Amino acid sequence: MSDSNNKEIIEKVKAEFGDSVLEDHNFRNDQTVTVKKETLREVCKFLRDTPGISMKFLMDITAVDYHKKKPVRFEVVYHFYSLEFNSRFRLKVPVGEKECEIDSIHDLWKASNWYEREIWDLYGVKFLGHPDLRRILMYEGFKGHPLRKDYPINKRQPMIGPLN
Amino acid sequence: MGLIDEAVGAFETEVDNLKLNVKDAVDQLGDDLAGSIYDTILTTKLGKVVGWAQKNALWPATFGLACCAIEMMAMANSRWDAARFGAEVFRASPRQADLMIVSGRVSQKMAPVLKQIYDQMPDPKWVIAMGACSSCGGIFNNYAIVQGVDRVVPVDVYVPGCPPGPEALIYGVIKLQEKILSEAGTQEARKRVA
Repeated sequence: MSDSNNKEIIEKVKAEFGDSVLEDHNFRNDQTVTVKKETLREVCKFLRDTPGISMKFLMDITAVDYHKKKPVRFEVVYHFYSLEFNSRFRLKVPVGEKECEIDSIHDLWKASNWYEREIWDLYGVKFLGHPDLRRILMYEGFKGHPLRKDYPINKRQPMIGPLN
Repeated sequence: MGLIDEAVGAFETEVDNLKLNVKDAVDQLGDDLAGSIYDTILTTKLGKVVGWAQKNALWPATFGLACCAIEMMAMANSRWDAARFGAEVFRASPRQADLMIVSGRVSQKMAPVLKQIYDQMPDPKWVIAMGACSSCGGIFNNYAIVQGVDRVVPVDVYVPGCPPGPEALIYGVIKLQEKILSEAGTQEARKRVA
């Protein structure tokens, strides 16, 4: 349902950030680009502020753990939406296990604040520059990041509160 | 035999007849009184009466946790009408409730809250674990969910189902009423208020 003048976002991103684009994918105008994490903030600004792309709305941030399936373990996935053109765009950023951190975009979209906390909570990806990087779903004192593929499925942590 | 003797004999017969009539009347009166006493006086233990009153006026705390809560609300509605069993007055304050229906999965983070609300309820109090999740964790055998609410608070009745229908929950309430009545006046009931 996208308008015609918003179909070639991949080409525009490639023209602007040629070297940092690792991969791209387009299935029935469902466009995806994978970029290096160093250029994340520039790409985000470009997507948001370029006329003709205008991805003003950050819909979601999530992460994927490709434990032992890809050389770079994590991928942080951003979903954008253009209110002007009624089109969507997906941005993926690989994050390694050793330096498991990525720039925060909390100053570009305020909505990213809690998404980033959630990813930190469940996957353990650190967001540099985040103003308040605390756990959001699990409680303080919970050890580990439960959505990581190497978190033991049977592991139970002691209960909290007045009972203990 | 003279006239006087005859008169005395007649008089005594009259007196005997009167006595018999009075005896019949008094007997009749006794039967009536005995019946009225039988109809109006009941002997029992105080504990039994208290238990009977408690079982017919259960006040659940409003504590909906998940999808089971929808069925719990349906139970209080006119179609299933928990008012028939005196358990329809859901209270928003635990201070006014004596029944906690744990309707849904309890997360690790929610467990302290649940425990606190239970502690705030006045004695005597009862707990119904509604559905598979609050009974044993259900399908959520994972890091986030308490594997059965009986690890946090003592449970009186478990209602199975995923989710149990309103009629199943009403059956659970009836089972709880039976439990309250059978406990009434015993040491178990005393422990609840101790």
